[in-house]
Amino acid sequence: MNSEEIYRLLEPIIKTYLPEDISAKEINRNSDLTRELNINSAHLVDIVLDIEDVFNIEFKNEDMESLRNVNDAISLIQQKISG
Amino acid sequence: MKHNYILNSLPYSEPFLFVDEILSVSEYAIKGTYTFEHDAYFYKGHFKDYPITPGVILTECMAQIGLVCFGIYLLNGKTISEKSTFALSSTEIDFYLPVYPGEKVSVVSEKIYFRFQKLKCKVKMLNAKEQVIAKGTISGMILKENKSK
Repeated sequence: MNSEEIYRLLEPIIKTYLPEDISAKEINRNSDLTRELNINSAHLVDIVLDIEDVFNIEFKNEDMESLRNVNDAISLIQQKISG
Repeated sequence: MKHNYILNSLPYSEPFLFVDEILSVSEYAIKGTYTFEHDAYFYKGHFKDYPITPGVILTECMAQIGLVCFGIYLLNGKTISEKSTFALSSTEIDFYLPVYPGEKVSVVSEKIYFRFQKLKCKVKMLNAKEQVIAKGTISGMILKENKSK
């Protein structure tokens, strides 16, 4: 799966947890999930759990710590599906 | 784990402590009780001349037993040396019956998941007749206290 395909699956997951004052148009690969998209830490966990289901992978605690923006998510997903 | 250890680790005190006793706890579920005293401060204003336990207080009681007590149990051994704080992240509760001053309630909470420091539980509150007062889902984050403080 290339990063474009991953992004297409990832975007709707993130969209689900966006607060009302953030438009889905603001999601891009460099978006910082908590600082720019205003996703709280509890919803960040929900996003990771949804990613696990959609991509059939498992995140570890240290993955969570390195997850800052959309690109981080894409590369973590890529590592795990190829690993 | 001793049930007393959980109670002693709670970050609350009067007049905002809503846990009396833990009846049972395991990796999957917890059960505890609380009795709403007749002279609790909120009955004075909720409602005027008609004391009834506020829904937010029932929710707080469900969260203290079902999430915080449970979280202390689930955390034990992992971050025992670090001070942790608890933050409520979401609640979705339906209410069925009122709770009057002096009533004893029990709270049963079942774990849905506990991952990445987020605990999500299915929680219900029952009265002395085992009737459902309220039920729903509550989740919270267990945050490590900032050491620089």
